[in-house]
Amino acid sequence: MKNDTFKIEPSGEREIVMTRVFDATPDLLFDALTKPELVKRWLLGPPGWSMPVCEIDLKVGGSYRYVWRNEDGREMGMGGKYREIVRPERIVHSEKFDEAWYPGEALVTTTLVEKGGSTTLITTMRMESREARDEVLESGMESGVAVSYDRLEEILSSRVAKEGASKS
Amino acid sequence: MRKALDILPQIHNHTVVDYLSATFAALSDPTRRSIVDRLTDGPATVNELAEPFSISQQAVSKHLAYLETARLIERQRDGRQNFCALKPDAIREVAKWADGYRRCWEKNFQRLDKLLDEMKKQKHKAKVKR
Repeated sequence: MKNDTFKIEPSGEREIVMTRVFDATPDLLFDALTKPELVKRWLLGPPGWSMPVCEIDLKVGGSYRYVWRNEDGREMGMGGKYREIVRPERIVHSEKFDEAWYPGEALVTTTLVEKGGSTTLITTMRMESREARDEVLESGMESGVAVSYDRLEEILSSRVAKEGASKS
Repeated sequence: MRKALDILPQIHNHTVVDYLSATFAALSDPTRRSIVDRLTDGPATVNELAEPFSISQQAVSKHLAYLETARLIERQRDGRQNFCALKPDAIREVAKWADGYRRCWEKNFQRLDKLLDEMKKQKHKAKVKR
């Protein structure tokens, strides 16, 4: 079944918002997002990756830890702490990858909104400021301006078109 | 940075947020978009880039620094002239990456759809048994 409700949009300076509608109640979706034996079944990423470690201590101040492994044995881990839990509506947690090459972490806010038997999942990922980004920010960025991914595509396609034209 | 990009699969939120937001922020300004559009015709000097806008060369330089930080353009030197050029590879990489990221989450969510269906059926069965 095709689901056209999936959206990824940049928001403000350091956020990305992901939206998707699921044909389930918030209660069911909340379980699928927070019970390790259920999370392990879907949060796998690209083909070839499995999730051997999924530990969740679902309480404010509690930690979670995820580790993925691919067919070549390569591993990638991440984890963080829960800052807010309102079942089945809202989860706020920090997030940091083991191999992060930057200071700070991201703050992820997950919101579940019920409407007519379906539930919209809204995930907002917000980066902590960091040196490299500060440089960008200090150079006078307009805040709160969101450019859609389409805009980037537009620029890209005009670039590719021109490139093609100049090559031929 | 490059190495990290190669190593980590696209579920890496930070990288995507960071990289993409820098790109989006850089392209969120109409003057900078015009500069990028102009550069698709080929490299240009700061003077040439400043020409169509009613802003100072200094202001244009600021926009260029911004685009440079976002890895969208690079500066080239040819004798005494300073040129700016687009870095199409960087833009393409961001787009490719955003696409991979999107597809990765699409797959995750499709698996989640299936799981939720299963959970609904189980719940239903449990109810019937009762």
